[in-house]
Amino acid sequence: MKTEMICAGFGGQGALTIGKFLVKAGMNEGKNVSWLPSYGPEMRGGTANVSTVISDKPVGSPVVAHPDIVVALNQPSIDKFGPMITPGGLLIYNEDMCPNGIDRTDINIVSAPMTSIAKEIGNLKVMNMVAIGVVMGKTGLVQKETMLKSIAPLKAKAPELYDMNLAAIDKGYEIGKTQ
Amino acid sequence: MQVIATRPNTLTDLNFTYCPGCLHGVAHRLIAEAIDELGMRNQMMGVAPVGCSVFAYKFFNFDMQEAAHGRAPALATGMKRARPDMHVFTYQGDGDLAAIGTAEIVHAANRGEHFSVFFVNNAIYGMTGGQMAPTTLPDMKTTTSPYGRDVDDIGYPIRVCELLNTLQAPFFIERVSLLSPADIMKAKKAVTKALTYNKEERGFTFIEFISTCPTNWGLDAIESRDWAREKMLPFFKIQNFRDNGKEEA
Amino acid sequence: MAEKVLMKGNEAVAEAAIRAGCRLYFAYPITPQSELIEYMARMMPKANGVFVQAESEIAAINMVYGAAGCGRRAMTSSSSPGIALKQEGISYLAGANLPAVIVNVQRGGPGLGDIQPAQGDYFQATRGGGNGDYYTIALAPSTVQEFADMAALAFDLADKYRNPVIILADGLLGQMMEPVEFQPAKTEAELKVLDNQHLDWCCCPNEDEPNHHHHEINSLEIDPVVLEQHVIKLGEKYDKITANEQRWEDYNINADNEILVVAFGTASRICKSAVDELNDAGHNVGLVRPITVWPYPYDAVYKAVGPKVKKVVVFELNLGQMVQDVKIAVNGKVPVEFMGKVGGILFSTDEVKAKIEECLKEAK
Repeated sequence: MKTEMICAGFGGQGALTIGKFLVKAGMNEGKNVSWLPSYGPEMRGGTANVSTVISDKPVGSPVVAHPDIVVALNQPSIDKFGPMITPGGLLIYNEDMCPNGIDRTDINIVSAPMTSIAKEIGNLKVMNMVAIGVVMGKTGLVQKETMLKSIAPLKAKAPELYDMNLAAIDKGYEIGKTQ
Repeated sequence: MQVIATRPNTLTDLNFTYCPGCLHGVAHRLIAEAIDELGMRNQMMGVAPVGCSVFAYKFFNFDMQEAAHGRAPALATGMKRARPDMHVFTYQGDGDLAAIGTAEIVHAANRGEHFSVFFVNNAIYGMTGGQMAPTTLPDMKTTTSPYGRDVDDIGYPIRVCELLNTLQAPFFIERVSLLSPADIMKAKKAVTKALTYNKEERGFTFIEFISTCPTNWGLDAIESRDWAREKMLPFFKIQNFRDNGKEEA
Repeated sequence: MAEKVLMKGNEAVAEAAIRAGCRLYFAYPITPQSELIEYMARMMPKANGVFVQAESEIAAINMVYGAAGCGRRAMTSSSSPGIALKQEGISYLAGANLPAVIVNVQRGGPGLGDIQPAQGDYFQATRGGGNGDYYTIALAPSTVQEFADMAALAFDLADKYRNPVIILADGLLGQMMEPVEFQPAKTEAELKVLDNQHLDWCCCPNEDEPNHHHHEINSLEIDPVVLEQHVIKLGEKYDKITANEQRWEDYNINADNEILVVAFGTASRICKSAVDELNDAGHNVGLVRPITVWPYPYDAVYKAVGPKVKKVVVFELNLGQMVQDVKIAVNGKVPVEFMGKVGGILFSTDEVKAKIEECLKEAK
C-alpha cells in the first residue's frame, strides 16, 4: 500500500505542516515515508506545496506526479494540482478560499470551511489541523491516536494552542467521517 | 669567550634562499628571536604565504602550513580554532595579503582572531618578477606598470594598517621599518609586543614591515634602503595605530 | 537501534557529522544547503565544537585546510557554485594529503543556475575539480538515511587515506525529510583517539630536542624530481582506494534481466519506482546504483550486464556525465542509451518508464 499526497496553499497557511504531521505519524506507525517540499527564493507569501509518500515498501521516487490525495487550502492549489489527482482519488479543500472548487466527477471530494472553523475555535493557525483531521477521518491514512501522540509535546509548550489543535483535529475528523 | 649572538632555536639550519640585500631574513630573525625569548616555540605554529617567502615553512623550526595565495589568514583561523592551546602566526607579502587575500585578512582581523600577522610590504611582487603590487607607489615603474603606476587608471596604493584600523576587533596594529639598525631595533620591540599579546590570548595582532626589493627595484642593498626611506616612508607612515594593551596599563 | 526521527537531509548529515566526531565546521550560506550551516550554527556550540561562518567559500575551505592540517576532523558544505569556489582548496588538500569532508548539495548550473536539484557536478566531483592530478573520494547518497550515514563513512575514509572526501548530494536530498536512525555519538574516549590519530604528521604541540618536530603541511615541491615522486605516490594511493573502496547497490539484478538501468543519487530513486512498476507488469529490468562515483564501480556495472540484457540505459539529472563511465564499464558489450533532465527539473517516473519501455520494445 502506497499513498501519495500533495498539500498546497499560500505560504504561511501551514500546508507543509499538514504533510509533516501526517508523515511523522506514518513513520511512528512503522511505515516508510518521505516529505518533499517545493522551495523557492521567496520566504513567505508565495505558493507552497509538499509531496508526501506513506508506503509499506521503501519509498522510491519522492516526487508525486499522480497524487492519491490533494489537500488544497486555496483555489490556485486546486487549479494546479486538482487535474493531477489519480481517478478515484481524493480532493480535500478549504471552502472559504476555493470559490470555484473543481470540475471533476471521477474523484471523491470533501470540502470544509477550514478558515471559519479555525476562527471559531479561536486561532487561524489551527486551520491546517482541521485539514489533518479531515484527511484522517476520510481516509484512515494514519490513526488519530498516533497523531495525538505526535502532537503531545505541544501540550507542555503551549497548552492553549494544544487544546485548540485538538478541537481542530476533532472537528475535521468528524467532517471527514461524515462527508 | 662569550657568545653574544647565536642562531635562534626557532630557525632551522637551512640557509635563507633570499636575494642579496633582501630583508625577509631580518624579519624572519626578529620573529624567531622573539618567539625564543618568549618561550613560545613549543606551542607555536605558522603559515607561509605564496610569494618570495613561500619557503618560510622550511625556515621556521616548528610545525608550519603552506597556504594557497592569500589564504593564510583563513588557514590560521582553522588552525587556531582546531588547536586553541597553541599560538599561530601568518607571514605574508603585499600581493598575497593586500591583493588576492584582501577578503581573508580583513575578515580575520574583523573577527579578532587570536593570531599574529606579519606583513612584509616592499611595494612589488618579488617572486613572479617585479610586477605591480597593491602597495606599488604612484608613478613607480614595474614590469606591469612599465610607464609608472597611473593612479587615475589603477588607483592608489593600499595602506593596510590604516584600512584594518577602521575595524573594531584588532588588538594591536603597528607599521615598522627594516631600513636601518635603529629601525630594526624598534621593529623587534613591536614584534615582541605582538607575540606577547598573542601568547596572552589578547586578540588579533598585526605588524607591517616596510621592506625592500633590491633585485626587482634594480638597486643595490644600500640604494634600495635609501629609496624606500625617501619614497615609501612618506606614504606609509611608521607608527603604532593601535595598542589596546597600552590603554589597559 | 536508536529511535527514528523525521529530518531534512541537510540537518541529518550535519547531526551525523557531529556524532562522527566533527568538531570544526566552516561554511558560507547558499541555497539549497542553508539548513546544514544553520544546524551547525545551533548545534556545534552545544557539542563544544567550532562553527565559523566564513567570509567566502574560499575562506571556508581554507579554514578546513588549516584545521585538517592540525589533525582534526573538519568539514565544509555548500551547493554547486560554492563548491566551484572551493576547488582551489580541495586541490591543495589533496596535494597536501589532508583528510577533510566536503558536502555538495547540488543545484542547477552552470554559473548561477537555479536552486533546484541537479547532478551537474558529477565530472567536477569524480575528475578532481581543481588543478593537477588528483582524485577525491565521492559518495553519492540516495536517501536521507544514507546521506546521514555517509558522514561517518566520509570521515573514516578521509582519515584512512588522508584524502578529501566529497558527499555528492543534491537539493532534493537536502530539502526532503525522511526517517533517520543515527549512529550513537562518539564518546569522549573515542574522540580522543580520533584527535590523536595524526600526531605523527600534523601541526600539534611540540617538545624540545631531541623530540622536537617540524611538520610541514604543504603541496609545494619546487624540484620536479621531488614533485614527480610526490605525485606518483598520490597515484599509488588512488590505486589503493580504487581497489578497496568501490561501493554500489544491485537492485533486481538477475540472469534474466532484459534491460539494465544505471543511475545514482536522486535519479536512482525515481528509476527504482519505474523499475518496480515495469517488473510488476511482467518485465525484467535490473538497476545498478553506484554509491561511490569515484572510485567508480566499473566491474560491478560490467558484471550486471547479464546474458539477456539488450541495452543499458543511464538516467542522470544532467546532460550526460556518468554515462561516459558507464560506457567505459560496459565496454561495447551492448548499446548504452541516455536520458537526462537539466535545469533543476526532475524526470517523472512515467518519463523514465517510457524510456525503458522504448528500449524494451527495440530490444525485442
